[in-house]
Amino acid sequence: MGDKLDEILACYKGEPHEVIPVLQDVQEVFGYLPEQEMLKIAKFLGLPESRVYAVATFYEQFKFSPRGRNKITVCRGTACHVRGGQRIREELERQLGIQASETTPDLEYTLETAACIGCCGLAPAVVINDTTYGRLTPAKIVKILEETKGASE
Amino acid sequence: MTEDRRNGEVSTIETLTDDTGVEGARTILVCQSTGCVSSESPAVYEALEEAIVQSGLEDLAKVKLTGCMRFCQKGPIVVVQPEGTAYLSVKVEDVPEIVETHLKNGGRVERLLYTHPTSGESVECYDDIPFVREQERILLRNCGRINPEAIEEYTARGGYEALRKALTSMTPIEIVEQLKLSGLRGRGGGGFPTGRKWEAGLAAEGDEKYIVCNADEGDPGAFIDGYLLESDPHSVIEGMIIAGYTIGAHEGYVYVRAEYPMAVKRLRLAVSQARSNGFLGKNILGSGFDFDIVLFRGAGAFVCGESTALTQSIEGNRGMPKATPRPRTTEEGLFDKPTVLNNVKTFSYVPQIVERGGEWFASIGTENSPGTAAFALTGMIQNSGMIEVPMGTTLRKIIFDVGGGISSGRDFKAVQTGGPSGGCIPASYLDTPVDFDSLKAAGSIMGSGGMVVMDTSTCMVDVARFFLDFTQKESCGQCTICKLGTMQMLSILEDIVAGKGQTGDIELLLDIGRTVNSGSLCGLGQTAANPVLTTIRYFRDEYQAHIEEKRCPALVCKELISYHIDPERCTGCTACARACPVSAISGERKQVHVIDQDVCIRCGVCLEKCPDRYHAVDCISGHLSEGDQ
Repeated sequence: MGDKLDEILACYKGEPHEVIPVLQDVQEVFGYLPEQEMLKIAKFLGLPESRVYAVATFYEQFKFSPRGRNKITVCRGTACHVRGGQRIREELERQLGIQASETTPDLEYTLETAACIGCCGLAPAVVINDTTYGRLTPAKIVKILEETKGASE
Repeated sequence: MTEDRRNGEVSTIETLTDDTGVEGARTILVCQSTGCVSSESPAVYEALEEAIVQSGLEDLAKVKLTGCMRFCQKGPIVVVQPEGTAYLSVKVEDVPEIVETHLKNGGRVERLLYTHPTSGESVECYDDIPFVREQERILLRNCGRINPEAIEEYTARGGYEALRKALTSMTPIEIVEQLKLSGLRGRGGGGFPTGRKWEAGLAAEGDEKYIVCNADEGDPGAFIDGYLLESDPHSVIEGMIIAGYTIGAHEGYVYVRAEYPMAVKRLRLAVSQARSNGFLGKNILGSGFDFDIVLFRGAGAFVCGESTALTQSIEGNRGMPKATPRPRTTEEGLFDKPTVLNNVKTFSYVPQIVERGGEWFASIGTENSPGTAAFALTGMIQNSGMIEVPMGTTLRKIIFDVGGGISSGRDFKAVQTGGPSGGCIPASYLDTPVDFDSLKAAGSIMGSGGMVVMDTSTCMVDVARFFLDFTQKESCGQCTICKLGTMQMLSILEDIVAGKGQTGDIELLLDIGRTVNSGSLCGLGQTAANPVLTTIRYFRDEYQAHIEEKRCPALVCKELISYHIDPERCTGCTACARACPVSAISGERKQVHVIDQDVCIRCGVCLEKCPDRYHAVDCISGHLSEGDQ
């Protein structure tokens, strides 16, 4: 794994202001920000470890534990909310047995929310991995989830 | 000709010969913006290409990707040029018929045309669909018409001519003068006059200056900046280069929201095409002026939409707004250097103002808010999508003429603008003109471009709770009154929607709300209470019903409603019982079913699943308990 980090860092000059793009690249490769990698990033950028951690924890995008193999993002935009998005989220939480921003213990699913995914015409909408499902109802999302489970087995 | 090109009314024939060079040939535009892509428009695109080859029509028909065609509700949208025929909600299965009937035999696929909801008549041409016809085309003039991934399509419609004009025949002072004459106000929400901002940027001392484009569109329910970047990225880039030339900056940053992968992708491509065409880099168009653009992906913090938080973020810090008093961003912004920071839409207007003159822009819209207003129109509306209308157009016209009215058949209740910083405007204010000052007077704000329509099935207390939940999580924590005030307001609202509200809660909310708004450092905190204050101002009776009567008039708040099966109507089809996620419904086949109220979680699946012909499940006010059935 160390090689992968070196490859990413090789694209940067090691200046303190590069911290956010570096963290973004690392997360893209590793799926989250492992502690060891964050320590190395701090050294590379010449920043105290606390500072890298402070920046990373400020932003919603950065995660500090491994993510599930399937990522489900529920849109919590206003259009989705007035069209029943909250009920979709609650149904998913019930089906998966986890709350929003958690991962199932078998690392199969991570449930996340996004402020707006920009498909308001399809509200309420959910993104599963790279596929967007729109105009959902609680019953529809259960069916879609079952199909996803079938496909990944 | 140039005039025509800038007008957006460029002849379709011209586009056509540009594309294929064959007389009588057709171009088939397929919308590939986030909304349509989510409805599988890439598959439609591929199927069209394949079917055209299979039918041997390669020389007579060419498929072209475009950005947003605005009418997101009916995506994926396919438009056949030069006739302009629009096919809506197209699926892969529809493709063979389009190719056979239209492209091969010159007919029309009637069932895919727009049908007027009241007259039932079909509308063939895209531009004649009421949702499109009622709109203006200035900001969105290229959206849905050009391929955003091809710079030559932007230049074919007059793109980068304004930059050439600015660099070769205008001084920075002249550009500032035109902007001031245009009256353009910043489209990020605040509405600060752009000409004055650029004038300050030009006057600021220093060799090193920056241009920053704020594309951190974080409002839930607003997607217009993202779609503009997906559909016409070069207009924003051109505006930024002109800004750089005007104030003497050589580097620009676009701070773009990471949740918009397609906007990031197309912007990245556009920057590299602009570079290879000599519009970015050293010695632009031989003028001696150097300018380049860096893309910076946001990392998911709403507060970074605030200018000083945004610059902090680019500098690699936590995105916390800078303390006041502080110098203006135009004097000390990014990396402590003079910086002009504007919204995506603001930059996108600039090339047209430079080319057509400030007076032209000022002639559109109202005196204090010239130009057009662009919104993402969403919610319980018939026609969801991107809209652009002259400033001063009334909310009523936008919602009922352009938007086609309420989608559910229920009554209009409120329209929300400005996201978490804005407010909810009721039916009695529908004749309010949309401009910076009128919306503010109505208790809301123009905001960055979200307009969410609500009908009588929306609970306004729940909407206030929804926004407070958002703002409270996004508060950076720097100002105690913002962090704790929003937390207190949220906790009171949560109690009210749960039926635990107390007399005096409304007054307490007003008190805390006003304190948060007046005691916070940045725009987030200063407007955080707006959704609460406006819903109390216009929908106080709804708060009272929750607090005094423990009743949710819109039947939304779970603790105050129950689902009930009407024994007279239930036929025992078992659809509800099979779907109930918590097995709260009992009853044998062909026997009346009953909901166990103590087990029921009020998810509403039973109501959704009960066939319309029985309509046996009702949602009723009040909390039933065992024995009430």
